[in-house]
Amino acid sequence: MDDLYRDYILDHYKRPRNFGELDPHDLEALEHNPLCGDELGVHIIVKDGRIEDLRFHGHGCAISQASASIASEELKGMQLSEVGTLDAEWMIELLGIPVSATRRKCALLNLKVVRGAVTGDNAWPE
Amino acid sequence: MPPVAEQTLAVKADFPIFSRRPGGRELIYLDSGATAQKPQVVIDAQAEHLRSHNANVHRGVYALAQEADAAYDEARKKVAAFVGGEPRTTIFCKNVTEAINLVAYSWGRTNIGPGDAVLITQMEHHANLVPWQVLCRERGAELRYLEVDERGELSLQQLDAELARGDVKLVAFAHVSNVLGTINPVARMTERIRAAGAVSLVDGAQAVPQMSVDLASLGADFYGWTGHKAVGPTGVGVLHGHEQLLDGMEPFLTGGDMIASVDFQTVSWNELPYKFEAGTPPIAEAVGLGAAVDYLDGLGMERVRAHERSLTAYMLERLADVPGLRVVGPPEAEKRGGLASFTLEGIHPHDVAELADRGGVCIRAGHHCAQPLMRCLGVGATARASVGVYNERSDIDALVDALQAGREVFGL
Repeated sequence: MDDLYRDYILDHYKRPRNFGELDPHDLEALEHNPLCGDELGVHIIVKDGRIEDLRFHGHGCAISQASASIASEELKGMQLSEVGTLDAEWMIELLGIPVSATRRKCALLNLKVVRGAVTGDNAWPE
Repeated sequence: MPPVAEQTLAVKADFPIFSRRPGGRELIYLDSGATAQKPQVVIDAQAEHLRSHNANVHRGVYALAQEADAAYDEARKKVAAFVGGEPRTTIFCKNVTEAINLVAYSWGRTNIGPGDAVLITQMEHHANLVPWQVLCRERGAELRYLEVDERGELSLQQLDAELARGDVKLVAFAHVSNVLGTINPVARMTERIRAAGAVSLVDGAQAVPQMSVDLASLGADFYGWTGHKAVGPTGVGVLHGHEQLLDGMEPFLTGGDMIASVDFQTVSWNELPYKFEAGTPPIAEAVGLGAAVDYLDGLGMERVRAHERSLTAYMLERLADVPGLRVVGPPEAEKRGGLASFTLEGIHPHDVAELADRGGVCIRAGHHCAQPLMRCLGVGATARASVGVYNERSDIDALVDALQAGREVFGL
């Protein structure tokens, strides 16, 4: 089996969960990966300080799309205060594949977007 | 389609990097459009200069400094002769980006103002787009674009129509597109531009490495290119300019070497080409570039072009066998330089490049510093395979095999 393109990664890439738009929404952000021109945006609905619902939109490679899809399932129901504490390690572990230095930004783009929408801090997660 | 005649050069052995066996496999390099590999003669020339002839130029009276001067001057003569230019109007820069910025700053800021227009094309690399965008914003001028049609070509009729508006002061365009591969009809374009009283600048970064370039017959007022894509070192590029235009321009960067004399409040500029070469130039790199053009001359640029055309035709033919693969740009190999940008249905270009690497094949993926063009093509990114003098048909075969294997990984 392929180390990177595992079955579940390709499954999330081909059938991404929580993709689309939410209107109206409470929070949103849109980010680009300057390396490849890919873009990823998020719409979030907040209830009682938690992410009630979210949807990603945009286009990207298998790693960036699968990362967003996999993360979306964890992010639903999460306290907003917790979102700000999520770091690169959280995302890479969740993804469960060896991510090379050149593909790191692909994997982290979704977290950058979500943290930007929730906290206003759109720095690359470290 | 009739079988393509093979006219490849078979000079891989001249390039020591191909003796590497990354992961126990052959190195298949199809990214020469980004940077070319270097032949041993270029590596040796640069090392020999540093080992035996290193001194600063234009200042020393001692014998070693005269050797360095002679080597730098000789490099300029070779580089100028390679494209049919004159040493006096051949300026060494860092790369083609700096060459274009030189013109945008030195010529543009004096000659472009409110009500004027700069005309470029939708196929430009950011290096030949951003400097003009910044210039136009600063000077209150308009930046307009020649469109790229569905075949990846420009329209001379649109050029005529734009020039007829009477406000175009400069037209800047690529000789060969780094994404589409399109070879633009430079001489026919510069003729029209000159007749309209405008100035032309041609970005030759992708052209000089793969075809015979003769500045006189191309007729561009400014022509820039870069050494590292032409099997030379990084850090050295070239700007050729029309002598009267260069003479009339203020310097770009100022400092040492580019002055005739300096007083506490005043300065007068050195003669061409030194007026545009502030500070210590890339001496060893220029020497390396001299060796690179010698090497290409030795191969013969007509043969290099035949090689690239033959490989490109083969590449287009082989890529057509891959299901879901779409090549952008002109369909005919004779209308394009040695590259093919493509999309593969169901696999993002970044993943395509990653999967190619599994087969030991180096290709590029992304927007190729041409984001506006990507928007015209309706894609976020493409994968791009580009060939150099050292490539062989087996390299293309390895790419196609890797793409087929990649489709299997993705369950396609």
